[in-house]
Amino acid sequence: MAKIRRNEKREMPALNTSSLPDIIFMLLFFFMSVTSMKEVTYKVQFQTPQATELTKLEKKSLVRYIYVGTPTAEFRKQYGAETRIQLDDVFAEKSDIGEYIINERSSMKEQDQGLMTVSIKADKETRMGVIADIKQELRRAYALKISYAATQRTNY
Amino acid sequence: MAKKVPQINASSMADISFLLLIFFLVTTSMDVNQGLARRLPAPIPPDQKIEDTDINKRNLMVVKINSANQLMVQGQLTDIKQLRKQVKDFVLNVNDDAYMPKLFEEDFGEPLGVQKYTKEHVISVQNDVDTQYQAYLDVQNELVAAYNELRDECARKYFHKGYNELEEDQQKQIQKLYPQKISEAEPKNYGGN
Repeated sequence: MAKIRRNEKREMPALNTSSLPDIIFMLLFFFMSVTSMKEVTYKVQFQTPQATELTKLEKKSLVRYIYVGTPTAEFRKQYGAETRIQLDDVFAEKSDIGEYIINERSSMKEQDQGLMTVSIKADKETRMGVIADIKQELRRAYALKISYAATQRTNY
Repeated sequence: MAKKVPQINASSMADISFLLLIFFLVTTSMDVNQGLARRLPAPIPPDQKIEDTDINKRNLMVVKINSANQLMVQGQLTDIKQLRKQVKDFVLNVNDDAYMPKLFEEDFGEPLGVQKYTKEHVISVQNDVDTQYQAYLDVQNELVAAYNELRDECARKYFHKGYNELEEDQQKQIQKLYPQKISEAEPKNYGGN
């Protein structure tokens, strides 16, 4: 005979939320890894110069970067300690810049091509000869919108 | 029967991790790429001869940086801190000095009205091959800062607002009054190795 429970209170069982923190943590790690992700792995080391009249680079998809600096410790043996240029993930010569810009520009949407900005991320110790060469290459490739990457100056 | 260990209340764990998540979302997106925006001149076609454009001497301000990062403005050794003021004085030419750029009068439309401005002034930056990038950028920065200050002062005078808060056509009016004319020469090797 079935036992009839009468006076026992029937409660809604509490929802098991013990896995909620884990899910959130997963989200957290996802965002941490995605947002701080660098555009490339740096093969040159540089410290950008300081300036005050800075403008933000809008629309990251329209920006291409040229890194200029001395090779990092692991590449120094192979490439020496002279100032080198890095395009995307590889070391490049200044003669490669024109081709790189043209390739990158042709991969953009047609209406965006005129808006392409080249950001020169160069070490503050770099000699201007290198920068001037890069600028000449950019002019020849008709990449006329440039931006000298810099950090906000806090003290004079 | 073994005694049961009481469970730790972990319901606030989710809140804590949410906080962390939001914190990271906010801080990482703040890291934007900043830089000094400039525009390069269009390339000269190879078949075209480089001709010396005839610029009246009074309209030209020469800023030279040598390989020791020293600054020479109009033939005089100058400190970088004075450059901004010198550029502003040069562009404005309040007293209509004979050695400063020639003034032209033009109507810039309301509310600026007829203004005198140095239409043909040019600031020429020349640097050495061995100039440090930081020194070069300091000079560029001061030049841009001088123009920005001039434009902002004008905006506050006539529109009672900062230059950045103005409408696009209002900004254009002021840009016409203070056109940014910075020319860069090909790098040369002046003295010092």
